[in-house]
Amino acid sequence: MIDNQIIATVLVHLFTALLQLAFWRKTVTQRILSIAGTLTGFLFAANLFTKVYTGSILTMNASNWEAPFGIVFVADMLSATMVLLTSIAALAVSIFSATGVGRARMLYGYFPIFHFLVMGLNGAFLTGDIFNLYVWFEVVIIASFVLLTLGGRKAQLEGAVKYMAMNILASTFFLTGVGLLYGITGSLNMADLALKIPEVENQSIVNLTAMFFLIGFGIKSAVFPLYFWLPSSYHTPPSAVAATFGGLLTKVGIYALFRVFTLVFTPDEFMKTLFIVMGILTILTGAFGAIIKNNIRRLFSYLIVCHIGFIIGGLGLYTKVALLGAVFYLIHDMIVKTNLFLIAGLIRQLRGTMNMEKLGGLYAHYPKISLLIAVVLFSLAGIPPLSGFWPKIYLIEAGFSANNYAFVLSVIIGSFITLYVIARLWSEVFWKNDPAEEIVTDSFKPLKPFKKMLLVLPIGILAATTLYTGLNAEIIIQVADRISTEMLDTTPYIQAVLGN
Amino acid sequence: MRSPILQTAAKYLLPILLLFSAFLLLRGHYHPGGGFVGGLVASIAFVLHSFAYGTDNTMKLLWYKPLTLIPIGLMIASAAMFAPVLFGLPVMTGLWFDQPIPVIGMIGSALFFDLGVYLVVIGVVLTILFTISLYTH
Repeated sequence: MIDNQIIATVLVHLFTALLQLAFWRKTVTQRILSIAGTLTGFLFAANLFTKVYTGSILTMNASNWEAPFGIVFVADMLSATMVLLTSIAALAVSIFSATGVGRARMLYGYFPIFHFLVMGLNGAFLTGDIFNLYVWFEVVIIASFVLLTLGGRKAQLEGAVKYMAMNILASTFFLTGVGLLYGITGSLNMADLALKIPEVENQSIVNLTAMFFLIGFGIKSAVFPLYFWLPSSYHTPPSAVAATFGGLLTKVGIYALFRVFTLVFTPDEFMKTLFIVMGILTILTGAFGAIIKNNIRRLFSYLIVCHIGFIIGGLGLYTKVALLGAVFYLIHDMIVKTNLFLIAGLIRQLRGTMNMEKLGGLYAHYPKISLLIAVVLFSLAGIPPLSGFWPKIYLIEAGFSANNYAFVLSVIIGSFITLYVIARLWSEVFWKNDPAEEIVTDSFKPLKPFKKMLLVLPIGILAATTLYTGLNAEIIIQVADRISTEMLDTTPYIQAVLGN
Repeated sequence: MRSPILQTAAKYLLPILLLFSAFLLLRGHYHPGGGFVGGLVASIAFVLHSFAYGTDNTMKLLWYKPLTLIPIGLMIASAAMFAPVLFGLPVMTGLWFDQPIPVIGMIGSALFFDLGVYLVVIGVVLTILFTISLYTH
């Protein structure tokens, strides 16, 4: 069904960014515009989600050129869900940024760039054209370079160099893959590719092309052995930026993997095994990396890597249940990971450091905030009935029915290490007595109540979303179920794009 | 180093290059050219001027900082992209006036998109080059 409004979530952020450029250096106006923009974006995303959920797959032919010749934008369940989650996360980050980001960064265009980034993310989720996907990826990474380096501290630049080098490498692989694909089939429209790929005589060159995509998206979504750039760059920028990166940027790589490896390529046995092995190693290396870290944000960075492994492994099992679990985990993960980095930012506001050894006694000083954070941490660890628990059940079930005990074991090990790490974090940061000799610089207490609210409210919004995901898991399972059905049977997608 | 030959040449080349860039911008829809190339040629005109007369003098010639061209160009391009939505058409659909305009020919929303790109390219190139040259002096 053609619906020209599906692009609205992209346009909202474009025009918000442009308006903010018109109010260059007026930081108060920019903050108000940013929150208004993300709120409108969220409303459009919610509208899009309900339309797709109650109706069918929506498409839009950009410039009115018919698919497969023009660029088509498609909102199926996966895209609509990702756009909705991105909008929720963006809303929270934008509110947090209003006080959590320094004025100096705002003067140099923090907010416009943030909105360009969200625009790129929404575009990447909605496009149905593989070259256009590459273009949106470029929009996203160029915006993320600016966000990462804005402020220009030495550590930031060091992190940014690693980040940039790996991401440009990933883009090169991705672009080479797109070029090969176009050479083989003569088409760039993903639905059209899905029809043309099986007809290619030389299937080995198709598999080769698939490897290019795997490496390109693998670097972006930080899977083993391509993740080393992530923990070494995500702890450097301000927490609001790290939250956007941690919650959304690696997930766009995962989204692309899901899209390309269910719609365009159908993984063969070798591919599936490769995915599962990568998933297992990602879980284990990420989890063991998290154990030894003392800086909260570095620890969270390793947890991102660890949990990416769950999703990749689920994709590798490639059964209905496994895909359902992986998609559910993705839904849970986007919101929780964004929240974790916001929490790290709040802890820094409260105590002036993110080193666990120097922290302590937060529960005694701020019991309400601590309880709010506890909800998030418990969901991350997967305590039933919170949101991290349900997808793991599905993943483990899928692992058992595929007789893949190595994956089951690694999911369990990953979950236990996450639990251990979170418990350690809780006892070090919240329960341990205040380290007496440290001078605590609490920059939270002197803030006005309104500003305090701006810092805590986004964490509350995301925590509420997480709680909803966990306690109302039936609905999320229905959504994930539809997404996994659409992944395994791509006919509706192809029909929606190409007609009959 | 100020060379009178370069200064004289730049004085005459500046309007010619700007005219040529406008020509490239206008013919871009069906022929090679367009906003990007046109913008590059226009910024080369100013860069040549700054080689001959110094960056400070070129900045005076421009009245405003080239940085301001970036949001203006982006807004023109976005407006051209968004305009078809008001007519119920998908984003970026080309809208055309019925009658050709003398000299220029048919005008459509694509021209305004190109004009936006043109301004953004001038803004970006001049901002980068002028920043570098002001730093080195």
